[in-house]
Amino acid sequence: MDDTATLKQTPLHALHVSLGARMVPFAGYDMPVQYPAGVMKEHLQTRNACGLFDVSHMGQVLVRARSGNNDDAALALESLVPADILGLKPGRQRYGFFTDDDGCILDDLMIANRGDHFFVVVNAGCKDADFAHLEKHLGKSCEITPLNDRALLALQGPRAEGVLAEFWADISDMKFMDVRDIEIHDVACIVSRSGYSGEDGFEISVPADRAETIAKALLEHPDVEPIGLGARDSLRLEAGLCLYGNDIDTTTTPVEAALEWAMQKARRNGGARAGGFPGAERILSELDAGAPRRRVGLKPDGKAPVRSHAKLFADAEGAEEIGEVTSGTFGPNAEGPVAMGYVPTALSVVGTQIFAEVRGKFLPMTVTALPFVTPTYKR
Amino acid sequence: MLKFTQEHEWLQIDGDIATVGITTHAAEQLGDLVFVELPDTGATFDKNDNAATVESVKAASDVYCPLAGEIVESNPAIVADPALVNSDPMGAGWFFKLKLANPADAEALLDEAAYKELIA
Repeated sequence: MDDTATLKQTPLHALHVSLGARMVPFAGYDMPVQYPAGVMKEHLQTRNACGLFDVSHMGQVLVRARSGNNDDAALALESLVPADILGLKPGRQRYGFFTDDDGCILDDLMIANRGDHFFVVVNAGCKDADFAHLEKHLGKSCEITPLNDRALLALQGPRAEGVLAEFWADISDMKFMDVRDIEIHDVACIVSRSGYSGEDGFEISVPADRAETIAKALLEHPDVEPIGLGARDSLRLEAGLCLYGNDIDTTTTPVEAALEWAMQKARRNGGARAGGFPGAERILSELDAGAPRRRVGLKPDGKAPVRSHAKLFADAEGAEEIGEVTSGTFGPNAEGPVAMGYVPTALSVVGTQIFAEVRGKFLPMTVTALPFVTPTYKR
Repeated sequence: MLKFTQEHEWLQIDGDIATVGITTHAAEQLGDLVFVELPDTGATFDKNDNAATVESVKAASDVYCPLAGEIVESNPAIVADPALVNSDPMGAGWFFKLKLANPADAEALLDEAAYKELIA
């Protein structure tokens, strides 16, 4: 039984309540799952105009080399993440993940090079473990500083640039995955052109004590509405993005999860800094030879949503179990249910028909290319 | 005669036929509906059997048969457009019509005042 009194609150908690949000527990926080508009409208608002999300529950942490040389911090992070961080230029960020000795995923994250240190954003549910992981493995060579006094807002949608440009003129030349220090209403913010919605947008780290002021200022704009976690989930699923704990976890490897793109050449066999991260042997071998199963998009043929944990079968009678759905919901832009799950690599070809068990019936689904909705990132 | 159940269904009873739906309160709690599965005509249920399923964006919920009876009609409009349940739960968003096995059992259900108290 969840005791609301023990749930943590973000700096925008009072604002959510005042906006009539339905609050639910998520990763130990009391968070808005939807506002009075509802999940469907909030989802469509984000795709058609602009939505503001409170993602302050996520972890923000700085990694700074004790040597004073930022390349040392990059190399330190590379010992935990199979990405090319040394090659990440200042003012740029990159998606990555912590791996474990089995070659599976401990958490997924964003890493930004801020010139003289790295700024890392991790999932709320893993942040304490992630901070401990960083401290344990990098604490000697790097100062690890969790930013406990900052909020994180996401402004997503085709009108996000127009909205933010009213507060700070120079954002229109930011490209997807650029990171900058900007001032909004005289408040120093870290802004990246990125997000979790599949739309163009920005993620804005602000001091906690100014978060409500900034959020209210953004919400005053006629193009902006508040968006809850319910729509955040349907947006990211339509965009084919993984949710840690659902689609990726300590039982999935990056290649199984179809995340090869996040492991750049420098870290692969033949690369300048091949391996050197936990689970490298398995991951490098899977990068060369493939993995036995793969995360794919799944489109139910009918109208019934197929949710996470639904079992997948090769046949309509449910005789041969082949995998599991890891995320599933209704996609307002896809105009029907959408899902992701793991199937044997041999069945991962787009167009393959498989069956999901839902309430005792075996519903046909078709393996579909991800994303379900074309992203509009400003590359 | 309009009756209600503790599981947030309403029944509009005319002789031995009850039109059944979910209440405004239930529809609000569920949020935007995206899928409805209704029973076949001719199916029989006991009181509290699972008769239908609704899915919101986030989760599935069961709709129970409020009294024993036989389905004489299901509402295709809400299968085609589940949002109708959210926009008009007490009217056009009805789920099914039930021929009651024991019309007298309806007396034991909640009247409107009692239901309003339940959700207060």
